[in-house]
Amino acid sequence: MTAESAAAVTVGPVRAALVILLTLVGSFFLLVGTIGLLRFPNVYNRMHATTKATTLGAASIALAGTVYYLPGGDGLMSLVTVVFLFLTAPTGAHMISQAAQRMGVPFLDGVYWPGEQTDLMRERDGETDD
Amino acid sequence: MADPAYLGAMETVLYGALILAAGLTLLVSYRVIRGPTVPDRVVALDTIATNVVAIAALYAIWTQQGYFIGVSLVLAIIGFISTITVAQYVTEGDIIE
Repeated sequence: MTAESAAAVTVGPVRAALVILLTLVGSFFLLVGTIGLLRFPNVYNRMHATTKATTLGAASIALAGTVYYLPGGDGLMSLVTVVFLFLTAPTGAHMISQAAQRMGVPFLDGVYWPGEQTDLMRERDGETDD
Repeated sequence: MADPAYLGAMETVLYGALILAAGLTLLVSYRVIRGPTVPDRVVALDTIATNVVAIAALYAIWTQQGYFIGVSLVLAIIGFISTITVAQYVTEGDIIE
């Protein structure tokens, strides 16, 4: 493959099918994440939806770019994007949730911080000890 | 030379995904404007950055211009840094101690 023909990428049927599949999966997760962001009641629940949209949706679409461009350098850059999204989405969500908890954004009813020994959790522990 | 059928199908799917991602980005802006608390707005802006990353990657495939993959990667980095910065600012009241 010469440098001139490398500029115009042509894909075979298998790679086209993979690109279609990954694009559809990514679009589905972006749609689900947006619906969750609009419909969930709390910032913590909304973050649960949007991190799935980031890691599975956008990373799947970037993986489609990897499949499309793979022998060239752009495919590797797209693969770096996938790895970067998978590393940073949980980190960012963790920091935002920590900030929200320190700001005093309330949890839903019946939801407690994991370390806190509340009456409800003590009751449940007592029941399991029996 | 006529394009094979699967290339047309791939182009159609990419076009539909571009339209869907753009519409979803507009819908997310509702949460940016309306969100009750500041972390809601931060999460919504992070989602907009994610959607733009996906749009740039889709556009790179659709137009066969690989430079937009780099745009997508840089936007992912900027979105992560802005999210971390806002979280730090909201908790500490200061970005660099």
